[in-house]
Amino acid sequence: MNVPVSNMTRISGNGVGNALELRGVGKSFGALAALADINMVVKPGERRAVLGSNGAGKTTLFNCITGDFLATAGTIRFFGEDISAFPAYERIRRGLRRTYQISLLFTALSVLDNVYLACNGVSRGRFSFRRPQRNDAVTESAETLVNMVHLDSVRNTLVSDLSYGQQRQLEIAMALSGAPRFILFDEPAAGLSPAERRELIDILTNLPGHVGYIIIEHDMDVALRVSDSVTMMHNGRIFKEGKPAEIEDDPEVQALYLGGENHG
Amino acid sequence: MASIDTHADGLTSQSWVERIPAHYYFIAIALISMPVFAGDFILFQIFGWTFILGVISLSLMFLAGYGGMVSLAQMTIAGLAGYMVAIFGNSAIDTISQGWPWYVAIPLALLIAVLFGTIVGWLAVRTDGIYTIMITLAIASAFFYFTRQNYVIFNGYSGFNGVLPPQLFGIDWRHPVAFYYLTLFWAVAAYCSVVYISRAPFGLALQGVRDNARRMAALGYNVTAHRVAAYAFAALLAGIGGILLTWQSGQISPGTAGIGPAIDILVIAVIGGLRHPVGPFIGAFIYVLLKTFAVDVLLSLGLAGERFQLLIGLGFLIIVFWSPDGLLGLWERFRSSRSRDPLTGRNGGGREL
Repeated sequence: MNVPVSNMTRISGNGVGNALELRGVGKSFGALAALADINMVVKPGERRAVLGSNGAGKTTLFNCITGDFLATAGTIRFFGEDISAFPAYERIRRGLRRTYQISLLFTALSVLDNVYLACNGVSRGRFSFRRPQRNDAVTESAETLVNMVHLDSVRNTLVSDLSYGQQRQLEIAMALSGAPRFILFDEPAAGLSPAERRELIDILTNLPGHVGYIIIEHDMDVALRVSDSVTMMHNGRIFKEGKPAEIEDDPEVQALYLGGENHG
Repeated sequence: MASIDTHADGLTSQSWVERIPAHYYFIAIALISMPVFAGDFILFQIFGWTFILGVISLSLMFLAGYGGMVSLAQMTIAGLAGYMVAIFGNSAIDTISQGWPWYVAIPLALLIAVLFGTIVGWLAVRTDGIYTIMITLAIASAFFYFTRQNYVIFNGYSGFNGVLPPQLFGIDWRHPVAFYYLTLFWAVAAYCSVVYISRAPFGLALQGVRDNARRMAALGYNVTAHRVAAYAFAALLAGIGGILLTWQSGQISPGTAGIGPAIDILVIAVIGGLRHPVGPFIGAFIYVLLKTFAVDVLLSLGLAGERFQLLIGLGFLIIVFWSPDGLLGLWERFRSSRSRDPLTGRNGGGREL
């Protein structure tokens, strides 16, 4: 577990088919349809950007995929397995990860403890009443991740004392814990300084090839640089799919999003 | 809160003997040598009772402090364990008591207490906050009325008397000195196990569940299972406390696990403080002192002796009003105000509890 992100041995489930396959996924909150008829196929290792204005349903889509709440219609397959009815923790244990738009961190715990919790959640020692020994595999992988996102200097600092940018880095480290097969990044670059953005792009582009992701990003520079394909969403539906260059040049997209008042 | 810093600088070269802070040794020597300078009443009634109530309160502190779940059923679980020892072991009610040897009766009693605690947890974790308190209070009052009305198993209103500890190693464990060491041992064992587990993966995950259950689920944790497991462990602590409590008074009856005692356990934990496992023991000590001596103080002031509950209630109000973290919180505030630089107003590094 020295290099957790490239460790393929712990991958569970049968790794056949598409990384993610959504068929007719919908989510209604009472009369409000936040998502309707979402069909989406993401191949293993594919990096996809999801764009769309506020309220387009991007984060709702993430919540349905990870099981933060259940979709009200359609099926979600993860590497061929129907996970539509699985609780969130079962999906995570199969190699799905996510970050949150508004950091959901354990502010009363240290940086290392946060990453340790993330690594331990997908290990067998979740219920262990024994403290980790020296050279414990989970502890070591947590330390590796902390170093990877350049938080080693603050590893024992409480998360509540971190800067905003550092908290975003920590979110990413937690999403990389265990052996992720697919990651959902919810606006990871929001509020970062230009230098921190460059670091983020480095981390994303240097992920092992088999790890695919979907990234929600308002910053087109970041979104288009780190993705192979783009999905545009509007009013809870998929509006357009294509290569980054195609989407950028599409007149409809430009009218709706890139040149529109919704930008940013 | 650095739980896993096994490589932290400066610690690796020390042995575990050096790593234990000096004041722990001071307290340990004071507690061990207590029988030299304390009388039987102090040992049995003050310290014995403090340790027992401390252990039962500690089970609540574990749930509330680390898990964010306030259970009023901990005294009920303790009472159930006490009843089971009376029923499976020996008591004066030999028509019900089975008279099984202690090595059968005690583990069986603890097992039933843990099973019951697990069921309570399984019911209670579906709820949050005030509703957890209500559901566990409902269980506590149901148990109280059930034991009072059931004569076949629980011997109804009068319960069981003559429930005595076994004569293990030829020692009379109800002798004040022996009982003092017996309760001290279990108090220390319970305290250490809670401190240890709080930094083990299970305890760390429990604190994560307390702070953000949704995020924990998104990290692969089965939040419900973690909460129920916490109830099971807390039930083991409460069960140990309950058996010791039954041995101390030599009897168990519905009133032992009534609604009043259930709330007293919460009061003890809150007075002491829910942030650290030492809190319940401090709270229990104050509760026992008040309950034992307030009557005399009140009588000497010309007031009715029964008013000692008023003193406890006033103390509770004052502490909750001034410091939601109990006496531990007051102590923390006092220390951080002493270490504050009078010029800059900055903290000079108060030690974390």
